Amino acid sequence: MEKGRMRNLTMTAALNTALREEMRRDETVIVMGEDIGVYGGVYGVTIGLQREFGPDRVRDTPISEMAIAGMALGAALGGLRPVAEIMYCDFLAHAADAIVNNAAKWRYMSGGQYALPLVVRSPAGGGGGTAAQHSQSLEAWFTHIPGLKVVMPSVPRDARGLLKAAIRDDNPVVFIEHKHHYTYKGEVPAEEEIIPLGVADVKRAGTDLTVVSWSRHLTLCLEAAEILAAEGISLEVVDPRTLQPLDLATICQSVAKTGRLAVVHEAVLFGGFGGEIVAQVVQECWGDLKQPPLRIGAPFCPIPYSEPMESFVIPQVTTIVDRLRAYLA
Amino acid sequence: MPNPRPDDLRHLYRLMVTIRRFEEVATERYLAAGRAGQFMGALHTYVGEEAIAVGVCSLLREDDFVISTHRGHGHCLAKGADPGPMLAELAGRETGYSRGYGGSMHIFAPELGLLGGNGIVGGGMPLAAGAAFTAQYTGTDRVAVCFFGDGASKQGTFHESFNLCALWDLPALFVCENNCYAATTPVKDSCPIVDIAEMAHGYGCPGVVVDGNNVLAVRAVAEEAIARARAGRGPTLIEAKTYRMKPHCMVIRETRDQCELDEWAEKDPIQRFEAYLLEEGGLAAEELRGIRDEVDTVLAAAAAFADASPWPDPARVMEVLWA
Repeated sequence: MEKGRMRNLTMTAALNTALREEMRRDETVIVMGEDIGVYGGVYGVTIGLQREFGPDRVRDTPISEMAIAGMALGAALGGLRPVAEIMYCDFLAHAADAIVNNAAKWRYMSGGQYALPLVVRSPAGGGGGTAAQHSQSLEAWFTHIPGLKVVMPSVPRDARGLLKAAIRDDNPVVFIEHKHHYTYKGEVPAEEEIIPLGVADVKRAGTDLTVVSWSRHLTLCLEAAEILAAEGISLEVVDPRTLQPLDLATICQSVAKTGRLAVVHEAVLFGGFGGEIVAQVVQECWGDLKQPPLRIGAPFCPIPYSEPMESFVIPQVTTIVDRLRAYLA
Repeated sequence: MPNPRPDDLRHLYRLMVTIRRFEEVATERYLAAGRAGQFMGALHTYVGEEAIAVGVCSLLREDDFVISTHRGHGHCLAKGADPGPMLAELAGRETGYSRGYGGSMHIFAPELGLLGGNGIVGGGMPLAAGAAFTAQYTGTDRVAVCFFGDGASKQGTFHESFNLCALWDLPALFVCENNCYAATTPVKDSCPIVDIAEMAHGYGCPGVVVDGNNVLAVRAVAEEAIARARAGRGPTLIEAKTYRMKPHCMVIRETRDQCELDEWAEKDPIQRFEAYLLEEGGLAAEELRGIRDEVDTVLAAAAAFADASPWPDPARVMEVLWA
């Protein structure tokens, strides 16, 4: 394979590549979920996998989210490396018992006797009028549970490299994608790349303000940075990539440089993960901060259906630009 | 099923008596030492239900999976767990099966196929389906046995998991220990049918009712269900009708009628098995006493082991969080 060659892939294709590569490498990797086999997943992430690996390894399940997640744990206990897809992250509420009360606890309660190499993938986020039960961003729930890793890729390269790392990880990983970000394109190395969990990435270097964001909103922040750069404002955009474990050091390093912090996420602000980042940075980098940190997120309401209301609730690029400009004024 | 050989009968009797004595010792120590910092939690004893775990697990291989419940001591012992590290776990000691991280409801022994107890009622069923999936996927003839109670049969996980096992012919046994009560709620107040086993028919699978206080009867139905699972013909639901002879746990008071308790005391599975062994099994009273004495010795040694074991170092609370 030619070294350094890049491919331009969508998020979907990057995730599909990761699954395909890991399944070719290791036959204990299996995939299960609703409509993932014959159909290829409602967002197409598993397209073609059943044709290549067969229905034993790529299993269409009934609508049984508790059982899908719990089976993934049982299969991991038996020695497999299951990747379960939960069609919408809202449905993780059904699967939460298996994930929160069982998968997150099994190694710990047993005194460290088990490795639990399982991944639960699920798309989050709004922006397409799917309303209150198909649009939530629930990452904060899972970051609060010791024993779970939480991964939220923002670009195709990370999506592929992080999913491969998640599959190889011996801990339960909640891997949250964004349903309106699957067609986002980016460069992905043709050769193998594993991106370790717990390592943040500075997606854009800058000097005036550190902006921490993840998933689809990271790319909105990059757009905002481009707009503000034209006005002479320099943003440093940091992508933690995994919320648990959190690479606080990279964030603090950036804050030490810029003296300012803004956290931008799609999730509801109250109790959102932005609060945790702000708290940690305030504790660690108090002396570096030139002004109080800023948080941008959704107001405390479910995601409404109608387009003007939905766009109002989910921070848009224009909102982000306006808020950051005002913050720095 | 042919009559078991005398050696098998002795083995079954020894296991049942071991479970009973284990629970008695655990209860005594809980009551005596609970406030002194060891034997914490709730302690759900298996007294009265011994025939089920023993009947089923005595037919399993070491590499078969067992998924247990909050009331799991009997399942562990019947699958071959050592009472010493079990009591040490209950006592919160470093030498316990889970090194003090788990306690009474969370005893794990991967080497014995014991995938753990579960404090979430019904939480173990999808795990059993996953373990059975592994057995099938890896091309072995291992089986996964999921124990649960009448209460858990009302959780959604039962239906999701049983359906999946039926759909994919997974090698699983669902063993419902119907002990007539979910904590304090009588089964008649939570279940519209008399036989929970019937629920299997809705999934096109065998559902069998058995006298859960008769170890040989349990063994007979389990043998058929295990053979069916190993042959790739899918799950069986066994409903073992039994009775919990003690309250739900140490922190919930007895609510049941004394007449009912007395009635079931007459059906004590160990006494019934003793009667069988003496009358039909060809074993002498002397021999049974000998087994009971041996078990007493084993349990005394187990308790001494637990007592002599070190406490865990609190500094290692984070030690096993990540693999």
